[in-house]
Amino acid sequence: MPKSVALTGNGAVTEAMRQIEPDVVSAYPITPQTTIVEEYSRLVANGVVRTEYVNVESEHSAMSVCIGAAAAGARTITATAGPGFALMWEMLYIASGLRLPMVMAVTARALSAPINIHCDHSDVMGGRDSGWLQLFAENAQEAYDLMIQAVRISEDSRVKLPVMVVYDGFIISHSIARLDVLDDTQVKNFVGEFSPSNSLLDVDNPAFVGNFDGLHGIYFEFKRQQEDAMLAGKDVFLEVAKDFKKLSGREYGLFESYKLEDAEAVVMVMASTAGTAKKVIDEMRAEGKKVGMLKLVSFRPFPAQEIANALSDKKAVAILDRALAYTGLNSGPLYTETTSALYDSANRPKLSNYIYGLGGRDIFPKDIREVLNDQLQIAAGSKDVVRGGYLNFRN
Amino acid sequence: MAKSNFNESYDKYPGGGFLGKPGSGEAYKTGPWRTEMPKYDREKCTDCMLCWVFCPDLSIIVKDKKMTGIDYDHCKGCGICAHECPVAAIVMGENDSYQHCEIPGSQDA
Repeated sequence: MPKSVALTGNGAVTEAMRQIEPDVVSAYPITPQTTIVEEYSRLVANGVVRTEYVNVESEHSAMSVCIGAAAAGARTITATAGPGFALMWEMLYIASGLRLPMVMAVTARALSAPINIHCDHSDVMGGRDSGWLQLFAENAQEAYDLMIQAVRISEDSRVKLPVMVVYDGFIISHSIARLDVLDDTQVKNFVGEFSPSNSLLDVDNPAFVGNFDGLHGIYFEFKRQQEDAMLAGKDVFLEVAKDFKKLSGREYGLFESYKLEDAEAVVMVMASTAGTAKKVIDEMRAEGKKVGMLKLVSFRPFPAQEIANALSDKKAVAILDRALAYTGLNSGPLYTETTSALYDSANRPKLSNYIYGLGGRDIFPKDIREVLNDQLQIAAGSKDVVRGGYLNFRN
Repeated sequence: MAKSNFNESYDKYPGGGFLGKPGSGEAYKTGPWRTEMPKYDREKCTDCMLCWVFCPDLSIIVKDKKMTGIDYDHCKGCGICAHECPVAAIVMGENDSYQHCEIPGSQDA
């Protein structure tokens, strides 16, 4: 029987991991993911799960162990954040290049310097070209749900790419929220048994993993295979989401359209700020204002066509980035990727871009309201687009 | 012009560059990588096998516990065998008698 519990985001993810019961977990502790490492290793030590927990000296080694484990045919899960994510950057490309299924929880944290342990998206944005799927959770419920779905998506034969489930460090990882959890059997049945297509432990079919491509090799062709697999990830995501809906009643899409259909002024955002935005949108709608939100869940694969379809007929869209990309437009990756997606559309909204929340800087309902009021004025033609707005910035 | 062993369309390649067949290294000729070549004098050889032990490329050919030659298709000319040989039966010399390829590593298997 599914039940209602109160857990932190990390607690919810650890619970999902306990129910999935991966074969191998190798993770190095780093704020704000530490409680996952602490709690999961406690579960292993107490014999609650049969997972092999491999302690390592760094995140680079953690990902290396995960790669070895996945290549050996083990279902593998790990977790990291911020500078730890950056430290394993080389290995991320190896995991995806070797087409190894695995799931990684990332409590999104700002990259140093200066050292900042709080939330922003700079860490995972540094991995957006790594060939990993990147799914953004708004809250503990979504983090829990996406971890479970990620196992199926990652292991699907049309994908065979590692998946990271991203949720906001401290904001979600450490706040206690109410969520509905499935029961153990439901999760076990949903993820099923892992049947790897190749395994180093399959002695009847010896495997060589991590081969040299050769001088003037065929690297280019392998990378295109990866791109195809990433695109297939969109369909697989939706299929898995459909099955998950049957199980849980909760439906996931590549993005969530919140009061978007007839909206004139739109905010586009990822992760926990979407929760704040929903509250503001509800208030403004009650005031008669036609506002809405596109909350992107699947940042990788980036559903370019679907986003273009959803936004092309809107009047004004504000894109909020929680990471810098030094694009020359005071913008982050979400803005540049969305503008690319819309480039070929006959109709395009007026696009504004804002930066918010770097280093954990809070974003309040009043900030979202300011953004949406800007957009309403832009939609009405009484204001120019905002190019490089900074929300809740100290002067 | 790069040649490859894979003649089908890219989507048929094994995902992740995974290889299911052992011994593919043998088909990959690294001989052309040499700049110097080990020259071997059978008269001086005492069959101590040190060259065979130390060769990183498995390029010392041994038959019936005797050193019988060098696999010049795979010898990269590192010089370790000459360095290790206690009787100087192997000496590094000029790279001759082996046909050089224009683009290293581009041969068909």
